Amino acid sequence: MSEFIQQQLQHVDALERSAWLQQATDGSRDVFANASVPTRKTELWKYTPVRALTEGVYAQAAQTFSAAGLDEYATIPALGSHRLVFVNGRLSQELSSHEALAQVTLFSQADEQQQQLIRQHLDDVMRGSQRHWLNELNSAATNDGVLIHVGKNQRLQQPLQVTWLTTPQAQAFSVNARLLVVLESGAEATLVEHYDSATDAQNSFTNAVTEIRLGANAQLQHYRLQLMQEDALHVGAVHTDLGRDARYQSFHVSLGSRLSRNDLVVNHTEGGSHCEMHGVYVPQNQQLVDFHSCIEHAVAHCTSNEVFRGIMNDSAKAVFNGRIHIHPQAQKTLAELSNKNLLLTNKAEINTKPELEIYADDVKCAHGATVAQLEEKALFYLQSRGISRDEAEVMLSFGFINELLEAQPHDALVQYLRPILARRFGRDFQLSRHLL
Amino acid sequence: MISIQNLHASVEDKAILKGLNLEVKAGEVHAIMGPNGAGKSTLGNVLAGREGYEVTGGSATLNGTDILELDPEERARLGLFLAFQYPVEIPGVSNLEFLKASVDAVREQQGKEALDSVQFLKLAREKCKAVNLDQSFLKRGVNEGFSGGEKKRNELMQMMLLEPSLCILDETDSGLDIDALQVVAEGVNAMRDANRSFIVVTHYQRLLDYIVPDYVHVLANGKIVKSGGKELALELEEKGYGWLEDAATAE
Ligand SMILES: Nc1ncnc2c1ncn2[C@@H]1O[C@H](COP(=O)(O)OP(=O)(O)O)[C@@H](O)[C@H]1O
Ligand SMILES: [Mg+2]
Repeated sequence: MSEFIQQQLQHVDALERSAWLQQATDGSRDVFANASVPTRKTELWKYTPVRALTEGVYAQAAQTFSAAGLDEYATIPALGSHRLVFVNGRLSQELSSHEALAQVTLFSQADEQQQQLIRQHLDDVMRGSQRHWLNELNSAATNDGVLIHVGKNQRLQQPLQVTWLTTPQAQAFSVNARLLVVLESGAEATLVEHYDSATDAQNSFTNAVTEIRLGANAQLQHYRLQLMQEDALHVGAVHTDLGRDARYQSFHVSLGSRLSRNDLVVNHTEGGSHCEMHGVYVPQNQQLVDFHSCIEHAVAHCTSNEVFRGIMNDSAKAVFNGRIHIHPQAQKTLAELSNKNLLLTNKAEINTKPELEIYADDVKCAHGATVAQLEEKALFYLQSRGISRDEAEVMLSFGFINELLEAQPHDALVQYLRPILARRFGRDFQLSRHLL
Repeated sequence: MISIQNLHASVEDKAILKGLNLEVKAGEVHAIMGPNGAGKSTLGNVLAGREGYEVTGGSATLNGTDILELDPEERARLGLFLAFQYPVEIPGVSNLEFLKASVDAVREQQGKEALDSVQFLKLAREKCKAVNLDQSFLKRGVNEGFSGGEKKRNELMQMMLLEPSLCILDETDSGLDIDALQVVAEGVNAMRDANRSFIVVTHYQRLLDYIVPDYVHVLANGKIVKSGGKELALELEEKGYGWLEDAATAE
């Protein structure tokens, strides 16, 4: 057994949990214990080495951390959200404001009925081939999970924000983030899943799993923001089941970090459902971002639209693997996938692979992946108006990403993310000032 | 204003400009006409400094400064402006951000104070009105989804904001209906003054009814083959370019 797995199992075994949760997670513990660390030869991890993770030691936080000075990292101005904020894996009462919401419960505080709901869905949405060893670890170590349960025909009026912050005190700490979102039929909500950190260098590992179950006609707008300091390690997964006529819209941002691995799986389980999955990744320096997505069209009359764009700067590297699987029964499927990439230097790297598996004959399916540099024609246009070459490059890079950002429905989030993304390219204020 | 002497330029190793001479003094409007493929757009691109347009001989000085070695942005900041025949679409960058960046850069060079965003927005709105573009165009991506005529008017708006000393208009009239053409011509005429010059490249004499040039030149096979007053445009409309092209190749 690898040292990393052994070490993590010790933490899992040391957790003090209620019996029902312990029971619900035992299976995953066994799977994880028997897992092997992926290598270059493991298809799902071919371009994404996990050395940065397995060479480290990551303990679970036992104490509660001070929230002092952290409010700014947890705040998305003008969003007007209810929020839950975890600091180094532990819920911070001080930074959170969800008390009034009956729809939100910590696993540890779940009543009988909620426990039943959790047991019903936990690890059930996350089935299928893309579930991997670190997802099992997350399940095995689930303790401070969050249940979001919106009842039939209810609407969460304000966005719900769940933030996981890490701080420099958490050297060699791991954070286990777990969300279970259940929207009953006709329910509506906006969820902002937000990973951030204080700006100082830190060595933390966040392992996150979100499971979403949308009932008939339910609608979820989901933002998933990964904005941590660049030394932080992040492995995350979102698995979603869509009921009849359900609508799932998501927007993903990854700034990149030493390791940023994201598995996104959507299962169309009943007819008429629609999924919109958009996202941007902008790694720089030596960072790595990996998005592995899979859309399972298991039934007829569903649609999906997936658009991801990436810009790789310096020696950064990204992996995009977009799988669309159209099962034999899934007639009349409409599925589109687009992945465009810009490489800003000749040391930057992208491995992009759309993977289509189509077993039904009456479907419409379009996909495309491109890798390019900034367009000379457009650069010249800006320069011919007096804008310096450097600033023109920043503007075009930002524009490439901003096309997806500005289409998002929550203006507060768009305004929040704009400067964060603009500064990514205009690292010198002079170069990004016209975009802020 | 601008003095172009014996200019030779090639694109992808193909000689396009072959000894072009042109002298434009402050306050003058020069029209350049000529058949498709003569090198009119190439002249504009060479003067603006587009990559891939290689100068193989001759010179061009703007108010005494040799511009051919300068970066495109430096030329723009010196007061050279090219209204493109085919403006580029830049989705994701709003017209307003783009215009502000551009005006800031040019004003800074000229030692003028930077405009704050409120002042700038006011100014930009005025110019929108002047070219008959709705203000919503400021919020849209640069030229993104604009019609042909809207793109041309957006070029004109940029010209008005930047107040260049030499304006080169490359077929700004092509594809415009008469109403839009009048808007463009009014804009240009309002900007005419003793310290500003225009090179108006056009395919159609029609524009010159609205923007009356001081001189008309014919560009064929990479050089100016004939120059005259505004009546030359009428003659060209009538006779076409054939007779001049033949003369140019015979040389
Ligand atoms: N970017 C380019 N790449 C290749 N050939 C070009 C390019 N620009 C211009 N040319 C060539 O140069 C010649 C002159 O073109 P252009 O200057 O556009 O003519 P005009 O504007 O007078 O119609 C044409 O033969 C054209 O094909
Ligand atoms: Mg032309």
